[in-house]
Amino acid sequence: MNVVVCVKQIPDPATPGSLDSDNTLKREGKLILDESDSFGVEMALQLVDKAGGGEVTLVSMAPNNEVSGLRTALAMGAHKAILVSDDALAGTDALGTAKVLAKAVERAGDVDLVIAATESTDGYTGTVPPQIAERLGWPSLTYARKVEIGDGKVTIERQTEAGYDVVDASLPAVVSVTAGVVEPRYPSFKGIMAAKNKPVDQVTVGDLGLSPDDVGWKGARQEITKVEPAPARQAGEKIEDDGESFQRIVQYLENLKII
Amino acid sequence: MALSKVWVYAEAEGGTPLSATLELLTKAREIGDTVEAVFVGADADAVAAKLGEYGAAKVYAADPGQTLTGVVAAAAIAKLVEEHQPDLILFAQSYDGRDAIARLSVKLDRPVLTNGMSVGVEGDNVTVGTAIFGGNLLVDTTFRSEKPYLAAIRPKSFAAEPGGAGAAEVVKVEGFDAGRAAEATVRDRHVEEREGPKLEDATVVVSGGRGIGAPENYEPLVEELAKLLKGASGASRAIVDAGWVPYAKQVGQTGKTVKPRVYIALGISGATQHMVGMKGSDNIIAVNKDGEAPIFSIADLGIVGDVHKVVPKIIEALKARS
Ligand SMILES: Cc1cc2nc3c(=O)[nH]c(=O)nc-3n(C[C@H](O)[C@H](O)[C@H](O)COP(=O)(O)OP(=O)(O)OC[C@H]3O[C@@H](n4cnc5c(N)ncnc54)[C@H](O)[C@@H]3O)c2cc1C
Ligand SMILES: Cc1cc2nc3c(=O)[nH]c(=O)nc-3n(C[C@H](O)[C@H](O)[C@H](O)COP(=O)(O)OP(=O)(O)OC[C@H]3O[C@@H](n4cnc5c(N)ncnc54)[C@H](O)[C@@H]3O)c2cc1C
Repeated sequence: MNVVVCVKQIPDPATPGSLDSDNTLKREGKLILDESDSFGVEMALQLVDKAGGGEVTLVSMAPNNEVSGLRTALAMGAHKAILVSDDALAGTDALGTAKVLAKAVERAGDVDLVIAATESTDGYTGTVPPQIAERLGWPSLTYARKVEIGDGKVTIERQTEAGYDVVDASLPAVVSVTAGVVEPRYPSFKGIMAAKNKPVDQVTVGDLGLSPDDVGWKGARQEITKVEPAPARQAGEKIEDDGESFQRIVQYLENLKII
Repeated sequence: MALSKVWVYAEAEGGTPLSATLELLTKAREIGDTVEAVFVGADADAVAAKLGEYGAAKVYAADPGQTLTGVVAAAAIAKLVEEHQPDLILFAQSYDGRDAIARLSVKLDRPVLTNGMSVGVEGDNVTVGTAIFGGNLLVDTTFRSEKPYLAAIRPKSFAAEPGGAGAAEVVKVEGFDAGRAAEATVRDRHVEEREGPKLEDATVVVSGGRGIGAPENYEPLVEELAKLLKGASGASRAIVDAGWVPYAKQVGQTGKTVKPRVYIALGISGATQHMVGMKGSDNIIAVNKDGEAPIFSIADLGIVGDVHKVVPKIIEALKARS
């Protein structure tokens, strides 16, 4: 069984984000594997293992030929990667990203399953996985908290407001996974060394047969028209607990007629 | 200036439209001359009254059978758009809403603006406002594509107010084909027990964070207090990720947005990603043993103290009153 995992490489979320002159997220410097995608990588490795063979291929779209995040996922055990990097991609929106990633999936060849996270950490539109599926003409099973493969079918537990639904479809299909679907492994030293020599196929928009008009600002057809700081909420009263402070809370609730 | 036609992708649970849907209809009334809804579900006739009351003149309805709802919605809307040419279609940033808007965007080849918290119309320009970097920066983005514009809006961005009209006319939609996407079949539904109001609808929300110390403290501290206040219990992502409570309870950027009359944060530090989901609350009370915790910067009443000491006393006092 061959699985493709979409992995986004993002600025470290632990450092405060900032905007570039064109009002997009600053993506200079080293990018790392989006933690949300580590779950997909682990899931793919487990599924291929269970199926008794096959390959896990990573696909990523990122600026400046960034491979740091890909190397992390390769160190976990993925076999190879396709990286789409091209100056024409600056400003690409979710739909454009899906157009690129769907082409990258096709380039990966014989694929049974595509895994992505339900939403990325930095852009979190949460639309890319079903957009990829629609581009490919495949079913999408979204918000999976459990994934199983058998008899040419994929079955998931799909998170809902009320609990979860059991949903299935035949392969090939796209699945988006939630954080916690599996416990991602830490790359071993051996894995990290091996990752250095695993193949990364670096391609451009043209290589994928897409026009530059499909992607970038032109393809995005949206314009950031205003950026301003949010009004701050004022702090109220702060008191040290002296053993009686609970009464202040009770009184506060009473004043609001909550109790 | 208003748009001539605004559509809302309507969702319901057990024959009752979601509050997020009613919020979008209320907004649609303000910015559109004609407001119509698209509903994919088995019980269109049951939801039509309420959708009408909140402003929908018509409900285009399709029955998905066992197929994943959002997939059917995208195919149905793609067909309807050709005939009726709406200017703007609003979706909730919900599970099915995201499935629907994503697939539709590919079918129509239109961009999507997501995580919206406001919608503004000026002439033909439609702008969606979002808050990024944990809610510290407000960003407006304007569509520059062909219509219809597609926007996904976070629940609780608008108040839901009825407009007083009668039931919406139900128009059945047929003759569309979702292709292989329609293979996604719902075999079974599991509904988890919930006591009290829904998190996003509750007047009072009591949330617990890592500071409650251990999973077994959630029930006696957080849930108990929520129950006594007839509210709902929530959580920070730290304790959701740790597996102490289910994801449905998470408040914040990657969880729910809540705007209750009172939000009580117990042992929550106040990371920006948490605060973005609750700082729209009318009143915020925080208990945290660290006087420097960021949560105090937005709390109307902050108690610097140990949740294990303060909360049991509140619970005791409330019990003594009832
Ligand atoms: C704060 C912010 C807000 C934005 N809002 C919008 C918006 O409203 N509309 C819009 O069209 N664009 C928006 N963008 C741009 C959008 O984030 C990018 O286009 C991005 O390339 C794809 O969207 P996403 O990360 O939101 O995808 P999501 O749908 O949230 O991502 C889900 C999963 O898809 C996969 N994936 C996504 N991108 C990649 C990638 N580059 N390489 C490999 N796998 C990937 C990953 O598995 C990811 O976890 C926004 C960006 C930012 C920073
Ligand atoms: C992309 C992204 C998205 C995220 N989305 C969310 C989200 O949706 N929601 C969310 O909540 N977080 C989110 N986070 C995580 C967020 O950054 C924080 O890590 C998280 O909110 C911290 O949870 P916490 O306050 O419970 O834990 P901590 O930050 O560990 O805080 C625990 C607090 O408890 C206090 N404390 C300890 N013991 C006691 C005691 N006995 N009595 C009183 N106080 C005590 C401590 O002083 C401390 O302030 C996100 C992060 C990222 C990167």
